[in-house]
Amino acid sequence: MKIKPVNDTVQNQTKIRTNARTKCQISKEERYYTASPMRLIIMRFLKHKLAIIGFVILSLFYLSAVFASFLSLNDPEEYFDDYTFSPPQFPRFIDSEGLSIRPFYYALEKIRDPETLQMKYTFNTDKRLYIEFFKSGYRYELFGFIDTDIHLMGGQDGAPLFIFGTDSLGRDLFSRSIYATRISLTIGLVGVFITFILGCLFGGISGYYGGWVDIVIQRIIEFLMSIPMLPLWMALSAALPRQWSQLQLYFAITIILAIASWTGLARVVRGKLISLRSEDYVTAAVLSGVSDARIIVKHLLPGFTSYLIVSVTLSIPAMILGETALSFLGLGLQAPTVSWGVLLSGAQNIKSIALYPWTMIPGLFVILAVLAFNFVGDGLRDAADPYKEG
Amino acid sequence: MGKYIVKRLALMLGLVIITSFLSFVIIELPPGDYLSLYIRQLQLGGEVVDEARIESLRVQFGYGQPFIVRYGKWITGILFRGDFGFSLQWRESVSELILSRLPYTILLSICAIIFTYIVAIPIGIYSATHQYSLSDYLATIFGFIGLAVPSFLLAMFLMYTLFIYFGVPAGGLFSDQFRDAPWSIYRLWDLLKHLIVPIIVTGLAGTAGNIRILRATMLDELRKDYVETARVKGLSETRLILKYPLRVALNPMWSTIGYLLPAIVSGATIVEVVLNLPTVGPLLLASLRSQDMYLAGSIMFILTVLTLVGTFISDIVLVISDPRIRYE
Repeated sequence: MKIKPVNDTVQNQTKIRTNARTKCQISKEERYYTASPMRLIIMRFLKHKLAIIGFVILSLFYLSAVFASFLSLNDPEEYFDDYTFSPPQFPRFIDSEGLSIRPFYYALEKIRDPETLQMKYTFNTDKRLYIEFFKSGYRYELFGFIDTDIHLMGGQDGAPLFIFGTDSLGRDLFSRSIYATRISLTIGLVGVFITFILGCLFGGISGYYGGWVDIVIQRIIEFLMSIPMLPLWMALSAALPRQWSQLQLYFAITIILAIASWTGLARVVRGKLISLRSEDYVTAAVLSGVSDARIIVKHLLPGFTSYLIVSVTLSIPAMILGETALSFLGLGLQAPTVSWGVLLSGAQNIKSIALYPWTMIPGLFVILAVLAFNFVGDGLRDAADPYKEG
Repeated sequence: MGKYIVKRLALMLGLVIITSFLSFVIIELPPGDYLSLYIRQLQLGGEVVDEARIESLRVQFGYGQPFIVRYGKWITGILFRGDFGFSLQWRESVSELILSRLPYTILLSICAIIFTYIVAIPIGIYSATHQYSLSDYLATIFGFIGLAVPSFLLAMFLMYTLFIYFGVPAGGLFSDQFRDAPWSIYRLWDLLKHLIVPIIVTGLAGTAGNIRILRATMLDELRKDYVETARVKGLSETRLILKYPLRVALNPMWSTIGYLLPAIVSGATIVEVVLNLPTVGPLLLASLRSQDMYLAGSIMFILTVLTLVGTFISDIVLVISDPRIRYE
């Protein structure tokens, strides 16, 4: 007597659950047809595996830019005079004694090569030094107001730990690369902001008004597109006054980099405006007496915001590469500022590849960031195409 | 056709004038000038530089006149006498300095473009005909790497590996024994060996984009009915692809040469600096650093004009190769 109702409820529950599942399936299909354009774009974007990977990488990069001081091991400006050009101490998990769950490293020891009499580094493999987490190190201010000295990682018993090795002056390359993320990745964003304004302004004027304004702007764009950009960038950044502060230089460089990229965006805006301007619904709006500004903002802009986002995302990597190249040549950002390009400029010759290959590690950051932006941009482009089968 | 060429030529002339003006503005842009640098050098060298000396130097370097007059002098010198001014740092005429180096830059750029097409066309065709195959993905990855690796890093890396494993000479354009030797087969061979790394690095910049363009247009063409018709008629696959869809698909590549060329020249500039080639790139960098602005402005001017001429030629080629494009 008592068991039956229990059984009943179980059956009922399963029934309800199956019901719910079919309902869910229907609504899933329905959801596709009734989804808003934004929702569709997100759904298609999530299907693009590379784009997701790129997105995750970029998120990690920007997080590490925010938490650079927490993630760094040593003060990026501190000179470890005894450890110039020390090789990287990558965290290890395995050695002759077996596996270790805690990452460890070996202490650096300096010896003099008996033949060449050069100073050389060796690892003391007899003793494992464990990487300690949430350890106190140099003092810093998290987010600019929380005074603390806790860092994610630290070496055991004060034995120095240089995960990526050190540079010619004995500065910790890992900490410097992390700090450089701030400059290198924001320069793209600030640059894109300028690009966006210039592109929308000139593209908008050109496309909406047409006539001789259009012709003049188009000729200017064609001209800018046919100039070799690097020499122009070089000349313009060489012309920046040398007494300018780091902040002034930073913004000047972003503006210089934006000169190259607004042209592409302006063309997209113009093309889209011209094709949308003659659509029936715009004519209808005009006949209903809607103002110019309202037509542009309310009826035309939503038609190509997705294209704008794609075009903007794809122009960021070019800026990162541009900044890297300029700083590498010594014409971009200057020494107290750390960007990936500035770090790489310390590794200019074949000698650094041959003897200190770890000084190239900031280059890997550049490659990773540029790839990630490209993947995300590609994913967005596919996702934003409304005629693509979803 | 003739009318089209005349129209394009007129447009190009306009652009050249703008370029020359822009280059001259850049010459004038930096605060401070070579003169003050030079005077400081003289003073450091222990010479007494009085007002009269400064004034005579100012006249000698042409600093006394207003902006527009100096521009007029500079541009007429270029147009009528082929005289680009005087390099203050090298104490040599700019024309001679550039002329001795420009041919190598042009050679490098042309080779890099050829390299781009030699690599991009077969890979583009292959990944279109074998869509979603392993090699298609490999080509895509290769393309992305060409896109993402900063050219100076690639240059250093290639220079190092090719030197270690294949003995390809690292840096420069000639070995020591050929630097001042007269032209011979051996010298040419030496030059070619030195050009391998710069050509690969400079060429790779445009390769990725071209592979993607060709792949996309090839895929569009391959879906069209005429391809099916040709296949039904029994044409072999290779012949079919080379004869019909490829010819159509190549057109966008010719037309993008206008954007490829500036990219190549940009890429060449930094690669030349890294590999220390006796070409225009390092000269430009050095002149910008020392504010030897007549030299810098002239190099900018010449590089841009060369790019414009290249684009012009490619447009003409495009019109000839694709009869559907009419001269608007």
